[in-house]
Amino acid sequence: MSVLVDKNTKLLVQGITGSQGALHSRACIEYGTNIVAGVTPGKGGQNFDGVPIYHTVSDAVKATGANASMIFVPPPFTADAVIEAADAGIELIVAITEGVPVLDMVTAVNYVKRQGVRVIGPNCPGIITPGDNCKIGIMPGFIHKPGSVGVVSRSGTLTYEAVDQLTQVGLGQTTCIGIGGDPVNGTNFIDCLKLFQDDPATESIVMIGEIGGDAEEQAADFVKEYVNKPIVSFIAGQTAPPGRRMGHAGAIISGGKGTAADKITALNAAGIHVVKTLAEIGDKMMEVLGKK
Amino acid sequence: MKIHEYQAKHILAKYGASVPRGDVADNPAQAVEIAKSLGGEVCVVKAQIHAGGRGKGGGVKVSKGLDAVEENAKTIIGMQLVTHQTGPVGQKVKRVLVEEGMDIVKELYCSLLVDRGSQTIVFLASTEGGMDIEEVAAKTPEKIIKIFVDPTIGLRPYQAMQIAYGLKVDEVNPKLVRPTANLMTSLYNAFISEDCSLVEINPLVLTGDARVIALDAKMTFDDSALFRHNDVVELRDFDEEDATEVEASQADLSYIKLDGSIGCMVNGAGLAMGTMDIIKEFGGEPANFLDVGGTATQERVATAFRIITSDPNVKCILVNIFGGIVRCDVVAEGIVAAFKQINLQVPVVVRLAGTNAEKAHEVIAGAGMGDKLQMAEGLRNAAEAAVAAIKN
Repeated sequence: MSVLVDKNTKLLVQGITGSQGALHSRACIEYGTNIVAGVTPGKGGQNFDGVPIYHTVSDAVKATGANASMIFVPPPFTADAVIEAADAGIELIVAITEGVPVLDMVTAVNYVKRQGVRVIGPNCPGIITPGDNCKIGIMPGFIHKPGSVGVVSRSGTLTYEAVDQLTQVGLGQTTCIGIGGDPVNGTNFIDCLKLFQDDPATESIVMIGEIGGDAEEQAADFVKEYVNKPIVSFIAGQTAPPGRRMGHAGAIISGGKGTAADKITALNAAGIHVVKTLAEIGDKMMEVLGKK
Repeated sequence: MKIHEYQAKHILAKYGASVPRGDVADNPAQAVEIAKSLGGEVCVVKAQIHAGGRGKGGGVKVSKGLDAVEENAKTIIGMQLVTHQTGPVGQKVKRVLVEEGMDIVKELYCSLLVDRGSQTIVFLASTEGGMDIEEVAAKTPEKIIKIFVDPTIGLRPYQAMQIAYGLKVDEVNPKLVRPTANLMTSLYNAFISEDCSLVEINPLVLTGDARVIALDAKMTFDDSALFRHNDVVELRDFDEEDATEVEASQADLSYIKLDGSIGCMVNGAGLAMGTMDIIKEFGGEPANFLDVGGTATQERVATAFRIITSDPNVKCILVNIFGGIVRCDVVAEGIVAAFKQINLQVPVVVRLAGTNAEKAHEVIAGAGMGDKLQMAEGLRNAAEAAVAAIKN
């Protein structure tokens, strides 16, 4: 078992012929992901390593029955790609692209939300279910292994770090979801926590947050009500100065809100095990699970 | 990206918002000319820097008569203006905005921003104008009204009216309700069309001669959308930014200077923050945030080293790279080459994890730089080694 993606996922890639799209599509195929189509307007009828390319998402869906999309198109066109995928009936859209205008995403997210479509990202590493060899995104596949920990994070390499620690101590993962570092994204912590709580195969959860916004505080409230699986958490940015954007568009303490201290307090109050440094994530999970 | 008040007012006026008559001057004589053209007795001379709190810092002066305008412009232009937002050094004032004086009857507040929680655009409005809105929010949250705008249908006319009535404009002058609503529409149109992340009018004033005017204006733009706003990009004032940060951004590196002594070079923003945090946890202080990005090539690493060491406080550099798609041994070779290329004078502690990490160890050890360039096993050891290095 897993959440959102599994062996039934039939993936199409929007922007498969771009440099990043091509590089990572190959890595996904190598990992075992079932990529059934690519979409690049103007290149319909051609193929990418044997994967058929279509001009539009609609054409690709009709021809292949794709049910998920991975988006690599450049930032100015990303929101449109999200809307195109939703209009074509795609159920899960994973937008990898970094640097999408915030107002574009505000419009796209509000539009697709009403269709019951799930968007992950943008500015995210993607989603991976190691047990089904299904990887939609740019994360290094080899650090993952099948298991029972669900991972959700706002960051990329920081997630790899956490996953690597879990794998090193012998804890595999059901599904790892990178929700992205932008202020407005399609899927939040609460969505993922609910999925993991409802997934029988997921026994524990790692949640990695960072400064900015109040998604972690909201998640803490949700955990009190809904989640009884153990959660280990780390919040990045304890030393970040206020008013400065720390790389991610969404990682900013503004008006005294969104500090790591506030988030950690909220998470602790919800019974979540917050580690002080990112080096302790794997060990802490072992301890929480009584394996150490 | 931030701009100056006079620039923001210029943009807002294009969208139909009423702003005071006035112009910008970079010397006292020019300020006097502007005051003359405004005709009135009373003018306001306002320092143009990005930071808020200019009034309290002595950067805004009501001036009666041309002599006062000249004198105040003389004082303000060239001054090092210190506010709660500038830090103790302050910001040098290069120009002033000279505006007509107003017969202010009531000061209000309104702003527009993206609300992350509801994923919509929100209007914040308050009858408590001229005050620090964060203070109002903390002490009297009931005095702030919020109107959420669904971006797919935009600001509806009734919502603009809701804001006007919420600001109790009708209690001051019923004739000003509709102009206030129109002003809200102008602000919304500017916010959307210019890809803003913030539009703030504090105060918004009602005047004795029945006008509603944006007396102050602050606009911030979404950096990710600047590619479609060349005219906005031209308004960037590099004097308001840290020179090293500007250099880094031109090299496509995300760098923020801090006060500590351990420089950091990390791939990924989250990991970079986490690395700063662990340095602090082990008793050190990070000197910077730096995300070197996904492709840590020799050239990029060398540029990053140069930027980090341009800060004289840096006594040691901690490199933390998680090699996913990029191979650690390739990164290690880049680090060694860059280290030699720019002849680094501070010790470097390297921690590489992920693809080909073991090979990377051999590369670093093989460089034979001893303690000057050492590889650490694991994050804890890396942080400890970096902290130990500055104590030597």
